[in-house]
This record gives sequence, structure tokens and C-alpha cells, in this order.
Amino acid sequence: MHKEVLFEMMRTLVAIFISLIIAFIIIFFVSTQPTEALSKFLIGPFSKIRYFSNVIEMSIPLIFNGLAISVMFQANQFNVGAEGAFFMGAVAATIVGITMNLPVGVHSIFAIICGGLLGGFLLFIPAILKTKWNANELVSSLMLNYILYYLGIFIINYYLRDVNAGYMVSYKLNSSALIPKLIPGTRLHYGVLFAVAMIVIIYYFMYRTKWGYAIRMTGLNEKFAEYSGIRVNFVILYAQIIGGIIAGMGGAIELLGMYTRFEWQKLPGYGWDGVIVAILARNNPVLVPLAAFFLSYLRIGADLMARMTDVPSEVVSVIQALVIMLVAAESFMAKWRHKMVIKQAKEEISMANGGNSR
Amino acid sequence: MRELLKMHNITKIYPNGIVANKKVNFSVNEGEIHALVGENGAGKTTLMKILFGLERPEEGSIYINGSKVNITSPIVAIKNGIGMVHQHFMLVPSLTVAENIILGIEPQKNGFIDFRKAIEITEKLSEKYNLKVDPKAMVRDLPVGMKQKVEILKALLRGAKILILDEPTAVLTPQETTELFNELFHLKNNGHTIIFISHKLREVKQISDRITIMRHGKNVGVFNTSDVTEQDISRLMVGRDVILKIEKTKSKPGNVVLYVKDLNHINEWGKTVLKNVSFSVRSGEILGIAGVEGNGQRELVEIITGLRKLDKGELILNGKVINDFSIRERRELGISHVPEDRMVYGVAADGSIAENLISDRFEKKEFNRRILMDMKKVTNLSNQLIKEFRIQSNSPKQKVRMLSGGNIQKVVVAREFSSEPKLLIANQPTRGIDVGATELIHRRIIELRDKGVAVLLVSADLNEVMELSDSLIVMFGGEIVAYFEDVSYVTEEELGAYMLGLKKQSLEEIRRVLYA
Amino acid sequence: MKILEIIFSTSFGYAILRVTTPILFAALGAIISDRAGVINIALEGTMLMAALWGVIVSAFTHSAWLGLLAAVISGILMSVILAYFSLNLKTNVVLAGIALNLFASGGTIFILYLVAHDKGISSSLKSEVLPQLTLPLVDKIPVIGPIFSGHNILTYIALLAVFLVYILLYKTPLGLRIRAVGENPDAADSVGIGVNKTRYIALILSGLLASFGGAYMSMGYVSWFSTNMTAGRGFIALAAEAMGKGTPLGTFLSSLLFGFAGALANNLQSLRIPSEFVQMIPYIVTIIGLVIYSSSQASKPRKFKEE
Repeated sequence: MHKEVLFEMMRTLVAIFISLIIAFIIIFFVSTQPTEALSKFLIGPFSKIRYFSNVIEMSIPLIFNGLAISVMFQANQFNVGAEGAFFMGAVAATIVGITMNLPVGVHSIFAIICGGLLGGFLLFIPAILKTKWNANELVSSLMLNYILYYLGIFIINYYLRDVNAGYMVSYKLNSSALIPKLIPGTRLHYGVLFAVAMIVIIYYFMYRTKWGYAIRMTGLNEKFAEYSGIRVNFVILYAQIIGGIIAGMGGAIELLGMYTRFEWQKLPGYGWDGVIVAILARNNPVLVPLAAFFLSYLRIGADLMARMTDVPSEVVSVIQALVIMLVAAESFMAKWRHKMVIKQAKEEISMANGGNSR
Repeated sequence: MRELLKMHNITKIYPNGIVANKKVNFSVNEGEIHALVGENGAGKTTLMKILFGLERPEEGSIYINGSKVNITSPIVAIKNGIGMVHQHFMLVPSLTVAENIILGIEPQKNGFIDFRKAIEITEKLSEKYNLKVDPKAMVRDLPVGMKQKVEILKALLRGAKILILDEPTAVLTPQETTELFNELFHLKNNGHTIIFISHKLREVKQISDRITIMRHGKNVGVFNTSDVTEQDISRLMVGRDVILKIEKTKSKPGNVVLYVKDLNHINEWGKTVLKNVSFSVRSGEILGIAGVEGNGQRELVEIITGLRKLDKGELILNGKVINDFSIRERRELGISHVPEDRMVYGVAADGSIAENLISDRFEKKEFNRRILMDMKKVTNLSNQLIKEFRIQSNSPKQKVRMLSGGNIQKVVVAREFSSEPKLLIANQPTRGIDVGATELIHRRIIELRDKGVAVLLVSADLNEVMELSDSLIVMFGGEIVAYFEDVSYVTEEELGAYMLGLKKQSLEEIRRVLYA
Repeated sequence: MKILEIIFSTSFGYAILRVTTPILFAALGAIISDRAGVINIALEGTMLMAALWGVIVSAFTHSAWLGLLAAVISGILMSVILAYFSLNLKTNVVLAGIALNLFASGGTIFILYLVAHDKGISSSLKSEVLPQLTLPLVDKIPVIGPIFSGHNILTYIALLAVFLVYILLYKTPLGLRIRAVGENPDAADSVGIGVNKTRYIALILSGLLASFGGAYMSMGYVSWFSTNMTAGRGFIALAAEAMGKGTPLGTFLSSLLFGFAGALANNLQSLRIPSEFVQMIPYIVTIIGLVIYSSSQASKPRKFKEE
């Protein structure tokens, strides 16, 4: 059994390796300074503390979205609405941050809770459409993302827009709402502690509580769950609500920790990254931070490469796609595994025959 | 008789490590009906799948008429004159009989399908082999026996000289079986060679010329059928005398536990599948339901266990009307269910054994300490059940998918039997599993009965349903057509007549099953 | 009421067909792959890729038709990749589709930047547009004429494609095999039909149709490529196909419904409704349509399990 785990790790590493090689090839062809580009990409983030801190900062929203998607995927619900929930979580935090004045600390926590609750409420929508009317949650959550984007932009533009600022941004948030920096001189904020806490909570939830058990069994075999007495519809509902809460909180934390006002003009895309993280992490909360860090590292590296050389940062999307497809490919390296299995079985046969190999 | 087919030194290992065939030699003579027998899991189906190109062996070779052939896929097998009629029919339900028969070799006119020709071909074929089918009928609407005819025609159309039949009588009544045997003799006289996979020894004695016996992936003997008895065969199949009779004392039934009253049900296709079904099951008795599959048993079990909504009628458990109760509520009232389809309902294949064992009780106080679950208790329970039910595994953490069929069923049974049920519904509890597991499950069912549990046994295996049950009802066309208070007084032939709807008891006789 | 005036004008009818075109192409593609038992989630990304390559190649060759060819080839390539990963390497087909969409989303920006030196829009490229056709007699008929005549050639091809897909599925051996593979792959296998091979073909046809939709976006609907211009049409197409119960006619009708929603959204901009709400309309309609369709399905078993 341990062999299985090792094998999976090997597979993931090989997949990452292959994807990187292909990315390198592309960079080679595209850039006039390939080695420069590659070095910025691969080791850039380590070259300054500020850059490395950027990697950790970016991994925070990835962790939140990765956890959110993991929970929903474990219930076998392909709800990708984390994108919209995250966005609206930030909107909710903006509203709370601008319109209210609460003591420091309480203000942020309240804003985060509001973000979470809103997110949970929003992702309840695809969930209830699925349980009541069997509407495909992938399509409905996708559509919802677009709807929430327009809704969020509307709220910001019509009610909270700071006319004096140049762009379409909101008023500055009251400073009591903002999450302070953890390490002065960097942009790393206390949100990272929230992220770690969230990982622990979700891990215990999924693997040590009856609600998490119910989610996992429903995801493994819905008919079995139903037959065993699990209220499958209820499980599907709360799995997605929880996903929404996590994503909503993530959005609030991202806004309060990294910004002083709402600045997003389009969907930030962290929800889709959450999908990548969840797939890489095999929906396991403990592996989510690793996957998030990896993805974040790639992104920051690519950003550095884009800023300092002539390669656009979107080359990362090639790596992302390849990694997902290879990691999620069950037959990838399966032949190798099959050979291992056969070799072992053959050994067992010849041993049983007392060494008579014919 | 000369040798037509030879499989030499075949070894097959599945990805999960199971060795299905161990250096098997198999030989068939031209124009004979050759039976391939063995318990479930012995490797017979695998061997035939290799012959038909559905699986590739790790080593070994196949010779037809003395020349070596490399069968890489069903197309190659078909080209070599091999046809296979599978246990689970390979038909497309929403296509017609003709479309199914010409699938893959469609007659064409200018790039389009020539439907008229397809019907013509089907009709001609049906005539030639005396297998009557309606080319325009939709396969979805056909009865099981008819579907099998379509399957046989499919193989014959493609030029099969060697016909492999995998457990063909598993879903047939005794009368349909006789019909099938006549067809097979007819084919044999026309020069075809037939390989007949079965574990039904009486039929094997009836129909075959020679017999090959497999056990645990090996060929353990080839005989002329006339030279061996059923006892001989079963001894070789399991390495000991199979206990065909089940030891049990007479039952002492108590109060009515389950009272099914006037159950009527129309399924999602609009067909009436249950008609005024009423019966009761008492504590301390095993009530069997005999019948060919598809006569309402599945829907009946689903309604009782809560997997299907009851629309007309009443279900009363120990005096309580449970019509609208959820599955959880029913389980809490003491209903346990060993499902017909263990992989679909009975287990989460990618879950661990432990996770599968607690799926009906994970919310109970004994396994939860406030917010978190008590994993120690879970492990203890798992170890205990694994031992008690002799589940062969590495550890409770092993994925259920890795276990053999019999052990998977043991996991299901371990869970369902250990919940202290008042009513046990066992639906095909020993289908497709080895003799050892079957024995254990049968013994446990009787133990439960002796403890006072009411057992409802649904089984298409006549031997099982007749040996294990104390009393018996027969279902046909969604109705109960017979009730036998004491099974030991019924013969298989009589049962067959009721199962086929040729006979039906009077209402009075049937109503004797109600002990309210 | 101004809204009714707008809806009942012929220019609105014309607009419906315009907006429907890309959705219809993708939805027809969805039918073929769905019937073969593989969901093509990557329709969105396929359309996007096709839209980009149509613009790039037509700009460099000054030929709209070569652009169309390039678009189709890129769409087929996307499908081949999807097929390879999901059929050969056994990646979950939904995840593979999501991955390809992400790839297309970023990859098109990447390529756009390299070629047009802009991350937003391709206006620096002089790309070509496919011709519009005036139907000779039809355009003289009142009401019908202005609605049906004068469309981009791809719109007419889309309408034609509805028939072609119908004939393919129900009258040709390939169609029969696709349906067999989708409903009972074991049955197809047992008669020697390569299940994977058939699914490959189905996915390629599906990508081919979607790429026509993508080409239309950048060489007919508008005449440029902008980032993520497909804006979810590939997913709306999936909903349309589901609502149309996988039949060509049903899918055509439900695609029209979404075309209606899209045209409405475009026209409502002129009224004093905030543009954000107006832009939500197609997506809301999709959800509503999806719900109505799914609820009317009850629990009809899609895959019929034999005993």
C-alpha cells in the first residue's frame, strides 16, 4: 500500500517534469534570451526575499480555493463556482470595510465572516439546482461565475465607486478592516495564518468527522451512500455550501490583506487555479498547500520572466494544462505499474511451484 | 474426432495482481459440445475472454486447426470463426434487433445504411437457424430469452464455427433452458463446435460430450462426460465434496415482522411491475422469493428497502407503517439489505474495508466523540468483523476494489449481518462468488434466522432458494403466483412451471402467506 | 412598450440568427461527442483557439478561407489532444476538458502577444472576414427576407450542419456505431468496433464543428480576436445540447433560445438598464433553461444496465 503512495508521488513528479521540459522548449523557441528567461523563471523567486514572499502571498488565495474545490470534488460535485464566490467574498468585505466602523481585529474578522457566508449562500445555488432539479452543476456554476462577476462589478461601480480615483475602483477601506502585515517590509499578511488554520480544520473535517465521511462516501459511490442511509442530497448541498464559505472567506482575506480598496476589473482567476491545486493535491487538504505553493511559484517565476525578459507569463498555462492532464491520467505510467505487478506475481508462482519455472 | 482448437500454456495476470489463469492447456474437438466448468473465479470466463480477444494473456498460444493464431481483438477472433455469447448481453437497447445484428458489418448503399437489406439478412438468418426473432423490435423491449437468441444470431452471422456460451442458462427458466439445448444440438448437427461455460453440473451432464474442469486458475482435468458423475466433477472443482445440501434445523417462525400489503407499482417506463403483491415474513423464518429475473423482484426489494418510492400499497414493519420512511429510518428500525448489485450499491470500491464496514452506523454515538469520530473504535470493529467473516485482506485500510468477489461480498455481509437486524433482505447473496464464501454466508443466514431474524431471500439460483428457504413464494409478471409453506415438498419442475406463468395457485392458497 | 417593439422587428430576428450561429456549431459538436459517450468540455477552449488562428492565418495569407482552414485544423488538434489524454491515458474527460480550456485561455493570450504584440486584442493584425451572402430570391420576401438573408456564410453552413448531423447520426454506419458506443460500449467492442477509435472520430468531429463556431466569432460576428471572446459560449452550447436531448432538431431549437437571450441582451443596452444586468441575461437564461430541461427529465435512466 505504501507502494501506491510512492508511485503516485513519482507520477506527479514525472508529470511536472515533462510539463516543464515542454515549457522550456517553448521558451527556447520564443525568446531571444532563453537561458536568461529560464533562470528568471526557475530561480527568480529565490533571488530576493520580496519575491519569495510574493510566492507565499499568492499561495494564500490558491490554498483557499484549492480547499474549497477539494471539498466539492470529494463529494463528486464538479462545482467550479469558487471563482465567483471568491470574487463576491471580496465584494462583501469591501462593503463591510467601507460602510462600517468596528474596532480593529473585530472589523476584519466580521468582514471575513460576511465574505464566507455570502460565498456559502451563493454556491448553495448550483447545489440546490442540482439536488432539486438535477441541473448539471458544472454548467450552472460556470454560468453563475459570469453572473456574479457582473453583479459584483455592478455593486462596486454603482454604490462604492471612488469617483476621484482614476480607474473604476472602490473607496478606500477603513483601515480598521485591513489585515496587518505579518512580516514588515513584505506584503505577507496574517491571512497566511488563516490559511494554515483552514487546512487543519478541513483536514479534520474531511477525515475525522461524520460529515466529512459522508461527503467522501457520497463522492466515492453515491448509490452506496444512499443505500447505506446517508442523506445524499443533504450532503451534496452542504459540501458545496462549505466550498462556497471557504472560497468566500478566501476572497475577503485576499482583499483585506493585499489591497486597500477593491481594484479588480475582471475575475482574478484564482477559482480556476483552485481546480488545478485540487487536482494536483488529489483533493487531499494536506497536499493542498504543496500544490498551491508549486503553482504560485510557477506564476511568480513566470511573472518575473515576463517582466525582465521577452517571454509572456501565459506560458504557465501550458504547464498547468499538461500537469493536470498527466497527473489525472490514470494510464500514465500504468504499463510500468502493470509490469511491476506481473513480475511480482510471476515470482510468487515460481516460488509456489518450488522453483520449477517450466 | 479431431482437435479443432488448442490453447496452450495460457497465463493471465490482472493489474490488481490476481492470477486468473496459470499455464492452462485447453483443447476442443471439432463438432463437439465441450463444457468448461469451475466455480466463480476459477478462470473459465477469463480463458474464454482471451480466446475471444477481449483480454491478452501474459504468455501462451492459441492454435486453430493446427496453425497458430494471434488473437489480439474480437475482430481477429471473429475472423477465425470464434463467436461469443456473453453472460451480460452485449446489445444496444435503443437499436432494433436488425440494427444490433448488423452492427459493425452494416449493409450500405451509397454510404448510407441499407435498412431494408439489414432486415432481410436478419429474417434469412432467423429462418436458417430456427431462432425466431422480430427484426424491427427494439431490443429494449425484448424478454431475456429472446435477447439471447439475438446474441446467438449475431455470432452466427459473423461466421462463428466455434460458439462460446458463457453461463447461458443463468437467466433462463427450465423450459427456456430445454429450448436452448435443442438449439445447441441443432447447431452441433450442423457442424458447429460449442464451448459451454457453466457451473450447473446437471446441465453440463445433460448437454456436453466432454468436460474440462478448472480450479483456482488451473486446468485440473479433462473427461468424457459419460465417464464422470456430478460428484466427481464437483470434487475436482473444489478439491473436496461440495456440500450441495445445506444443514439446517426446522424453523420456528414467530410474529410477523414485515407485512407487505397490496403493493402496486408502475416503473419509469410505464410498465406495471408489481400487481397486488401481499405477503408477510415472520421472525425466525427464511421466506424465499423464486422467479426468473425481471418479474418484479428487483422493484419489490427496492421498495421495501427504501431505494424506490412506494406509490400504492403499504409496508408494515413490526406494526409500524413505513411507507415514507427514509432509508436511514428503515435501517434504524432494523432492516438490513444485502443488495443484488454489490459493486453498485453494496460497497464504495475505492474506499477502504473499514470505511465500507461502518457506512450504516458512522453517525451513531458509539463511534463519535462530540465533533470527531472515534477512529480506534472503527479499527477495532473492522478487525473484529474481518476475523469473524474471514475476509481475506492485508489490512482494514486496504481498498475494497483489491479484494476478490467473494471477499467483497463478505464485507457487505459482515456489515449487514452485524447491525442486529430484525429483517434481513438478501438479494442474490451468493451470486458470482466462490463456494467457501457461499457456505459461510449461508451458514450465517441460518444463524440469524435461529436468533429470530426474519429473512427475505431473493435468488435466481434455484438450488439456493430451494435449499435455504423454509417457505417460498413465486413471482411471475409482478404477481405472486404461488406460496409453498414447506419447500421440501416442492420439485424443481413444479417450481419452473409457476416461474414461467404456466401454473398459478388460487387466491386462497396464495393468501396463506399472510399471517397477520 | 419599447421592448416589444425591439423584439418584433426584423432586425431582431436577424440578430437572433447571428448570435445563435456560434452556439449552434458548438452544440452540434456536443451532440456527436455526447452520443459517443464522451463529454467535450473543451468546446469553449476549442472555439477560442479556432478564433485566434483564423485571425492570424487570414492576416498573414490575406485569405479568409485559409484562415478558416487554420481555425478548423486548430480545433481538430485540440480535440485530438483531448482524445489522446482521455482515451489513451485515461484522464477524466471533464478534467482534461477543463485543462484544455485553461490552456486555450492562457495560450491564446500568449500567442496573441507574440504575433500582435498586444495582450488584449488583435487589431494590429489585418485579418480577413468571411463573406456575407444575400440569398437571391429570399431577400425579396417581406419579413422573412431581412431576417434570413444577408448573413455570414457560416450562419448558413450552421443551419445546413443541423441536417448533416442528423443524417450522420441516423443514416450512416458511423452514426450507428457512435450511438452504439455511447449507449453500450461493450456491445460495440464485442462486434469488433473499436470503441476508442469511434470516440476519437466523434471528438474530432465535435472539435471540427466547434472550430467553425470559433472562426465565426473572429471572422464574421466581429472581425478581430480579443481575449476570452467566447465568453462561455462553449458551455452554453453544452446546456443547449442537454436541453435538446442530444437530438439535432432539439439542439437547434434550444440554441435559438440562447441566441434570443443574447440578442435581447445586446439590444437592451439601449434602454436604461445597467449594462451589467443586461450582460447577465444570457447566463441567467442558460441556468433557467438547464433547470427546466433537467427537471423535466425526472429520473430517466440514460445508460440502460442489462441484468
